Formats: sequence, structure tokens, C-alpha cells
Amino acid sequence: MAAFSDWPRICPLGVDGFLISFDNRLSESANRAALAFRDALDRAGWPGVEETSTSLASAYLRFDPQAQNHAALQAKLESLLSSRDWYAENLPGGRRLWHIPTVYGTDLAPQLEEAAIAAGLTVDQAVTSISQTRVRVQTIGFAPGQPYLGQLPPCWDIPRQTKLTDKVPAGALVVAIRQLVLFSVTTPTGWRHIGQTAFRLFRPEADMPFALRPGDEVLFTPTTPERLAMMKAGDPDGGATSGPLS
Amino acid sequence: MTRALIVHRASPGLTLQDAGRPGYLGFGLSRGGAADRLALTEGAALLGQADTHATLEMVGTGGEFETTGDMRVALTGAPMRATIDGARVTWNASHLLPAGVRLSIGAAQSGNYGYLHVGGGINTPDVLGARSAHLAAGIGAPLQSGVRLPVGDDPIAKNFGFLLDADPRFDGGTVRVVPGPQTDLFDAAEVSRFATIAFRRDTRGNRMGVRMICDDPGFFSEAGLSVLSEIIVPGDIQITGDGTPFVLLGECQTTGGYPRIGSVLPCDLPRIAQARPGTGLRFRMVTLAEAVEAERREATRRKTLRNHLRPLIRDPHDIHDLLSYQLISGVTAGDDPESEGT
Repeated sequence: MAAFSDWPRICPLGVDGFLISFDNRLSESANRAALAFRDALDRAGWPGVEETSTSLASAYLRFDPQAQNHAALQAKLESLLSSRDWYAENLPGGRRLWHIPTVYGTDLAPQLEEAAIAAGLTVDQAVTSISQTRVRVQTIGFAPGQPYLGQLPPCWDIPRQTKLTDKVPAGALVVAIRQLVLFSVTTPTGWRHIGQTAFRLFRPEADMPFALRPGDEVLFTPTTPERLAMMKAGDPDGGATSGPLS
Repeated sequence: MTRALIVHRASPGLTLQDAGRPGYLGFGLSRGGAADRLALTEGAALLGQADTHATLEMVGTGGEFETTGDMRVALTGAPMRATIDGARVTWNASHLLPAGVRLSIGAAQSGNYGYLHVGGGINTPDVLGARSAHLAAGIGAPLQSGVRLPVGDDPIAKNFGFLLDADPRFDGGTVRVVPGPQTDLFDAAEVSRFATIAFRRDTRGNRMGVRMICDDPGFFSEAGLSVLSEIIVPGDIQITGDGTPFVLLGECQTTGGYPRIGSVLPCDLPRIAQARPGTGLRFRMVTLAEAVEAERREATRRKTLRNHLRPLIRDPHDIHDLLSYQLISGVTAGDDPESEGT
């Protein structure tokens, strides 16, 4: 625990929330701690708590300050926080392994070569490296159902672009700082667009509107533009398959 | 037969809005909902109904509307020029819109977001527990001319003709800010400079957030741009890469990597949303305890808004016009709440 002497920290966020941070940089253990702590908050079911969430290394709680004052809630959070070593907690249950067909490069994902050069790899090496690394959903955020996945090998510690790409489409796989993001909506981005999938992350009309959950793992398996186009037709999963992860 | 509101002419950006979708933050979906939440509450008070009903949000200018049956309407938010059957009607008030008669809503005189509420609320199918469009998430879309919107039952259909003094929020001013987890990334002197100088709302802005500009140098934190992506809540003030503040609104993203200097109080956010480009704004830092107390007082005030309704007083010219279409629609003078109240 010595490495985490400054952490975790509890701090009010806005007028009606608390942020419980487990680190100021991403680590596997801080990510697990955040997920486990949020799970414990949900199970605790404290009165006045209205919503919980996580980001890469922190948990968040929104509450009604008229029903539960800050001091009382902070005391409860401190007590829960000191009840165990959150950095040693297990990942959430019910995790799944996904295989998501991905077109690397081509005009569907025009920045593969540029990203490979930044990582010091050939294009073939880059595709092998990404497609054979099983990455984990560290958090869902920014846009609906959108996963931040990691962690890639150290060569992928490449910065974001200084200029934004105007638009990448939904289903775009982008890379920076040893992480992948799969975009759920069309958006501008500073991350490099290296792959394209037909996987719909957000399905507002469906019973299960959000496809991925934190803790799920993903392999982005290579496919061709022709096969992706066929898989896209009528299938919100775009050819993706999933199974339980033990 | 289902009652309907017909949109003959939709201005750009016309959307259905309500209180949004709380509870999906962990799935990356921000709450969204009406840009000016107070305007929702004012509309509900004017119509004597719950503030959960869906309403039309108009950006800058309104459009042209008609109903298939007599309907109560209320107009709130940014004051716009409105007429019923050609006669000017009062803003921040409730009116009867008789069947087949045109309601025209023109340009806003100040502010950005105006609201058209109907008795019974717009009754489209809900998506994830709400009817509001969340444009950034791809839920719903701007309404197009010609659309017919189903309207719910209105049990108190004869209750209209009231006025509420609008809480002034359309011309900028000072908003209160509470510190947050990243305020300490900025030097105390930078925070105090932030809370001292005058800002203007930039031309860049929408339902996701608005950019602020000033004549001073930009703001920079010691953490620079290496902050880990963190949970965002509406009201958060991001300091973006060029040192300018960006205040996030209801339809913002759920996480972000720019350092945040603080968070605007929810009860002051309508002032940010309603500020037009060029409008002057200042930020004032308050303690958490002061912020909680301000929210409590505003929540109480909003709950009792109905106590502040006043009967609409018409000038003789308006009464003449109003009588003419009351006769057409068959509504008798006895149904007029103004005569009941005095």
C-alpha cells in the first residue's frame, strides 16, 4: 500500500457529488479498485444516493444534499474505503470475452500507417500487435456505451495528435497512450483512426442498450472490407461474438 | 381521438425536451434534457401540472403551430415574439390555443432557449425513460416542419390565463462556482484572477456547453494537459488546451481530460445557457456550504412557484381579439379564469 500513500482521496464534485479517486494515473489495480468500490456503493444502497459511476481510476456518487448532508456521507465513504484493500479486489463478475471483426487500415481507417510509424512498427507488426492483444474495458464513458480499452504494449505509448480529426465514424477503433477507444457516435478526435468495425455500442431501441460492460475483454480480429460490409447488413453486432470469461 | 400539436414550420434546432435521463452516467450517457431547467418548472407552474412533461425547446426563434383540439399552452424561457391568430400574446404566461388557430412564435428578444408547453404534455413514446432528444447521443432528432405530435390528456383544460414573473437570466451576469477535485491544480492566484475578470460568451456553444472568452491571458494549470480522464458533471468549467474556459451543459460528454477549475451551481446554469454570444458573464467562487444552501433555497422557491401566478391582465385591444376567437372555438366567457379570480 505504500505506493498509494496519497490515495485514495475523497473530494466533493459539484454541489451534489463525491469523487473517490484511487490514483492520478491509470494502473490496473486502481482501475479494479474503482470498479469494486462502485459495486460496493451500489450494494450499500445508502439513502439519498441517486447515481454512481466510474472513470478510469475513480468512482463517483451523486446524491441529494437535502436528504443526506455532505459530512455524514463523507464519513460513510471514509468508513467503507478503510474497510478493505480496494486495490486487491477482484474484477466484476459476469465478464465476457468479445471477438469484434475489424478492418485495419484501408480507406476505412486511414491512420494505421501513421500510428505504426509513431509506435516504431511496420504496418504488419502493428496489426499483429493490436489484434493479438486481449484488451480490457477499463471504463465506459464520454459517449453512450463507449469503451476505453487497455492496456497495449509499451510501444503504443504514443501521444494524441495536436490537431483534431474532424470526424471519425461510429465503430471507429482509435489509438493513443497505450489505450484503444471504440467510438459509439460520429465524433471529432485527437486519437488516430487505425481500424473500423460494424459493432453498435449504443442501441437506444434495444432491451440492452449498452453492449459492453467494464471488465469485459476484447480481441479486435482482422477482417476485410468486403466481409465487414456483409456482416454489417442487419446485424447490430457487426459479426462480433461473445462468451463468458472465467 | 388523440389530440395533436401540428408543427407547420419548425425553426432549426427545435427539439422535444424534458428533465432528461438521469441514471445512465456509468454507461456514458449524460442526462441531457432542457437547456434551461428553470423554464421547465415555470411552464409546469403556469399549467398547474408536473414538471416531467415533454415540451418544445426553441433555439433563437420558434415556428408556427396549430392544434387539433382546444389546448392550453404556456410560453417560457427566452422571451420571443408570439401571436395567436395574429394577436400578440404575453410571454411567461399560459393561454388557450383554440383548435385550428395558428400560434406563431418569432425571434427571441433576449436569451437563446424558449419553450412551448402544452397542457397534458407532448406524449411521444419514451426512449430510456424520457422523451427528450439527446442530439450528441443520437437519441431523437430536431423536429421537422409538418410533424404532428401526440398530446396527453389534460384534466384541467379550463385553467389558463396566468402570468409568472420570469426569473431574470437572459442577459448574463454573475454565476456562482464551487471548487472541485481539480481546482487545486491551479495556483490560488489563477483561481482568484478567474473569479475577478469579465468574460464574454463566445460564438462557439450549444446544448453540450459554451466557450467563454476574455481580454486577459488564458488560464493554465500545473498539470497541463496530462490529466487523467475523469467524470464530468454539467456545470463543470473545463480549461481547454488554449487556456479558455468551457462551461459544460446538460448534453455534455460524461468524462473529460481537461483540468476543471470548478463547477457552476445548477441553479445558476440557466444564466449560462441563455447567454447569447458577446453577453458578459462573471464567475464568483463560493464555498460548498454556501452552494448547498443556495440550491436548497432555489429548490424551495421552484416548488412554490405556483403561489406567484397572477391573472393575465389584458388591454382592451387584446380582449377584442381574444373574444373573437373564443366565439369561433365555442368557449364561453364563463370559462375564463380571469373573471373567476376577481
